Amino acid sequence: MKHKTFFWFFLPTGLAMFLFIALPIVSVVIQSVYAPHEAVIVEVENCGPFGCTTETTIDQEATRAIREAEPLGRFVGAEIYLDRGHLAVAEVAEAWAASATTGEFISVLMNLPFYRAMAFTLTYVFVCTPSLIILGLMIALAVNSLHRHLKGLAIFFSLLPMIVTPLVGALVLFWMIDSRGILGNLISYLANDPSLSLKASTPLMWISLIIYGVWSSAPFAFVVFYAGLQTLPQDQIEAAQIDGATRWEQVKYIVVPHLMPLITFVALIQLMDNFKVFEPIVSFQAQAHATSLSWIIFNDLGGETRQLSAAATTSVMTIIGVAILLSPVLYRTWTDFKGRGH
Amino acid sequence: MASRAQQMPATLRLGINAFLVVWLLMAIFPFFWIFWGSFKVELDFFAIADWTNALFGPATENTYGRPFTGAGYAGAWIQEEFWRNVLNTFIVCFFVVLTSLTIGTLGGYALSRSGFKYVFWLLIIALIFRAMPPITLVAGYMLPFFEWNVWGILPTAIIVLVAINQPFTLWMLHSFFQNIPKELDESAKVDGCTQFQAFRYVIIPVMWPGVITTGLFSFLLAYNDFAVTTMLLSESNRTMVPEIAAYLGTTYTEGNVMFAVAAVVSATAPLFVLVMFFQRQIVSGLTAGAVKG
Repeated sequence: MKHKTFFWFFLPTGLAMFLFIALPIVSVVIQSVYAPHEAVIVEVENCGPFGCTTETTIDQEATRAIREAEPLGRFVGAEIYLDRGHLAVAEVAEAWAASATTGEFISVLMNLPFYRAMAFTLTYVFVCTPSLIILGLMIALAVNSLHRHLKGLAIFFSLLPMIVTPLVGALVLFWMIDSRGILGNLISYLANDPSLSLKASTPLMWISLIIYGVWSSAPFAFVVFYAGLQTLPQDQIEAAQIDGATRWEQVKYIVVPHLMPLITFVALIQLMDNFKVFEPIVSFQAQAHATSLSWIIFNDLGGETRQLSAAATTSVMTIIGVAILLSPVLYRTWTDFKGRGH
Repeated sequence: MASRAQQMPATLRLGINAFLVVWLLMAIFPFFWIFWGSFKVELDFFAIADWTNALFGPATENTYGRPFTGAGYAGAWIQEEFWRNVLNTFIVCFFVVLTSLTIGTLGGYALSRSGFKYVFWLLIIALIFRAMPPITLVAGYMLPFFEWNVWGILPTAIIVLVAINQPFTLWMLHSFFQNIPKELDESAKVDGCTQFQAFRYVIIPVMWPGVITTGLFSFLLAYNDFAVTTMLLSESNRTMVPEIAAYLGTTYTEGNVMFAVAAVVSATAPLFVLVMFFQRQIVSGLTAGAVKG
């Protein structure tokens, strides 16, 4: 295809991505180094019969004028990145100097929004991802051994947790494990503790969020692995059987190595997806116990005061996090592309 | 057919079946529970006193004389005017799918037919864009959209969703078009067609399976989106998902949890139908990237 033809074919989609993905990223980076203008303060001297007093008031007109002249705000460089809402460098240094024990330091750290969010996000990412891969693999092996009439039905049911709107799926689960809901009731009955409430306990909240994460993403792993199982080398399986390999050994030495590229694929995709965890925190109203970077952006942008600069800064940090997790995928695509000899 | 050597011992068979039953229950019980409970009153839905209340609904019977009631649906659809949000969702989804498929097929076709190096870099850029959480872009939209006075209306959300959809659409259609033999359109070009005519008369008639699969995923993305629609739509233009999220803040105080439950069931039902009819396409779409990549 000629360059010119390619250009016209690609123009609409390229333009859409340039205007609404590339430019916003640039815009977010720029916004993150500007802070809103402070109000202009003037000192007014009021002289009356009892002498003069000076008052400081906000000069509304001048403030509006400067805000209109430079809508981006004033340039502050990396200041927002280092403030309390983000990397909190000063607070961390202070806590490091002041705390006697590591535990004390960590408890200070957990009160800073960024580190609190990262603690939950990383736990979520590194617990969810392996769990959902193992669960997905087990479901794939189990469904694959079913009679073919039942397979379709099993796949249909298994797809549902993944297809359902994340916010809605998380909400349904939240209602179930709410202390008044059917599962929450059951748990507090089993634990013999009627006051047991998910909303009041950080560990319980983390566990429920992780269960939601596994529940909603295991179907994806399942479907991918199930497709991989259809191309299983039958001759190798038969050879192993003749050599007297048990079922477990067949899975360990033939099935899992055969699926390994797919397991890597699912792991890479899910690491990225789980890093973006957002909707379940909204649905579970978990902000008191667990937050994520995406949730912080959402919180800054919503509400009465839209804190664009703070949100933009967190956005940039999220993008950097995603980029780090994305780099192995990019490397894989690169070697793959090279390997195909383009 | 499984040979006798491959037949499983009974205990293993039993174990596997038990595991599957547990998983399938986990997968569908929440949906069953919410559907059943949506026809009850709040007391029965949450069933604090006795879990069997959730099944038989005595409190619902006391209030309405029947163990089932459509009060939640009536409240959500008529009183809270949820139908407006349903309508908005379908407008958004329809235009997002239509637009992103139109420009996506052109772009994906071009990518699959051009052998130059920049194709690879465009695909890599698309992959990077695909990994960006949409909410990180929202901060970038706010200022210009307020400035141009286009914040809060459906067309803005549609255009943004189309753009966010493009990277995925391009990857998917690129691999579908690569499976269509190049000889088809090349022979058409030999016969004197331009590239666009070759695309129009030779490729379009054979591309539908891939386009339908891609369209399904575009639909799901638009339908399931929360981050973009909640941030870019004004209160009167909300689609279903942000509306449900908005209920959360208010219903607990007004005691209208059942409205939210009914809205949740209403929002889930179309997805059920979709999976029922397009299960094969969804599975093939999910595996297309994985098995080849």
